[in-house]
Amino acid sequence: MYTNEVIKRFKKPKFMGEMRNPDGIGKVGNPTCGDLMHIFIRVEDEVIKDVKFQTFGCVAAIASSDALCELAKGKTLKEAKKIKDKHIVEKLGDLPPIKHHCSILGADALKEAIKDYEKKR
Amino acid sequence: MKVYLDNGGTTRVDDDIAKEMKVVMTKKYGNPSSVNSMGEESRDIVDDARKVVADSIGALAEEVIFTSGGTESNNLAITSLIGKKHIITSSIEHPSVKEMCKQLASEGYKISFVQPEKNGVIDPKKIEKEINDDTSLVTIMHVNNEIGTIQPIEEIGKICKERKINFHVDAVQSFTKVPIDISNVTSMSFSSHKIHGPKGVGALYFKKGKKVKRMLFGGHQERDLRAGTENVPGIHGFSLAVKKEQPVEEIKKLRDMLIDGILKEIPDTFLNGDKERICNNANITFKFIEGEGLLMHLDMKGISVSTGSACSSRSLEPSHVLLALGLKHEDAHGSIRFTLSKYTTEEEIIYTIKQVKSIVKKLREISPLGK
Ligand SMILES: Cc1ncc(COP(=O)(O)O)c(C=O)c1O
Ligand code: FES
Repeated sequence: MYTNEVIKRFKKPKFMGEMRNPDGIGKVGNPTCGDLMHIFIRVEDEVIKDVKFQTFGCVAAIASSDALCELAKGKTLKEAKKIKDKHIVEKLGDLPPIKHHCSILGADALKEAIKDYEKKR
Repeated sequence: MKVYLDNGGTTRVDDDIAKEMKVVMTKKYGNPSSVNSMGEESRDIVDDARKVVADSIGALAEEVIFTSGGTESNNLAITSLIGKKHIITSSIEHPSVKEMCKQLASEGYKISFVQPEKNGVIDPKKIEKEINDDTSLVTIMHVNNEIGTIQPIEEIGKICKERKINFHVDAVQSFTKVPIDISNVTSMSFSSHKIHGPKGVGALYFKKGKKVKRMLFGGHQERDLRAGTENVPGIHGFSLAVKKEQPVEEIKKLRDMLIDGILKEIPDTFLNGDKERICNNANITFKFIEGEGLLMHLDMKGISVSTGSACSSRSLEPSHVLLALGLKHEDAHGSIRFTLSKYTTEEEIIYTIKQVKSIVKKLREISPLGK
């Protein structure tokens, strides 16, 4: 059902955990299945220096969160805003169609985190 | 270590049953409808099997129809027993009853879905209340496949008998593990693959004097009630499985060990459904995490289980059974069903508790909830 990349990230997510005093937090819920994702970002000079996630969700949601963090890290905010669910799916090799909504959750959470940062600034 | 704890889904076929089935397939392969001696030999196998199944529940041989399994048995019984336009069932039935009822609803039948109590047991009084002049059938499962709770089918049967209403029981999960009393029952479904027999075969007990409405048309098999050449090796294997003793007490001991171990060693966990349940079922919610992830981690450790999580269902809906118990969405999310069998060992249970504990801890670190 899942690609090796999904399983690898699910088994050993590199970016999981909470961040203390993040510059921005994005919290989104998945309307499809009721799941929850939190993305934390640390920003310096308009660049995402660090990013972490916490997810209450399925294998695909956890792997998507981790892939998203890797995509976002080191990017300028402008670049990061362009990250879409399809980039997450690419990074993961693929996702079963029924699990695409889990990657959308990831893209939305990052957008919310950036919005939160910009609002606080 | 390989640990199979999905016996509510299906079971391993006993080695000697597989061996005996092979003999039927390769040596005694005649068609029971044929007049030749090979056919007669096969006919005897089917007749003997029918007697075994009938004896095991105290029925007459002629009251047993072999089918392709629990699904067909449920469909056939319900199709046969409806007349007037009202059916009473529960909201925790197996899809082979639930979907059938929904189909009938679309054809103009009125269906009452009775809710279980919070412990997953149905109150017979609630069924009685639903009965009206139009009620032709009450269909209730004996043991629920997800939470293992046992329904009071004797009491419900008495009510139905008094009111002269047909009563069908889906006994797929309970057969051979929970004592069965057919005295107030019109029909009852059984399946072979839940009791260490082969897949694709089962039976329907159908009370003498009641009329079967056939669904399959063709030859004269099963006394004209179900056409199609008999699955002789399957029927034979099924009857051998029925004859075997289920070590209910041993299974229960290990199951209790699993429940106690998990509930004691892992915080924020609870058992779904009444404690009083079939010997091999444990359905547990692990709060703050999602079941598919837990299932997948366990799978990687060699442990097979199932979950009621929305994320792992095709419909992305959580288990209708857990919701019927009043569970919140997110608690249904973190539910895992462990179902044991006579092959489960103490070593496997100890290993499972240990693995569950460390995986739950890890997934909770990933989760934003419960902090
Ligand atoms: C309670 C119950 N009823 C019916 C069935 C269907 O049986 P079968 O798989 O033999 O069609 C099952 C098993 O999936 C079950 O657990
Ligand atoms: S988070 Fe529920 S299906 Fe992926």
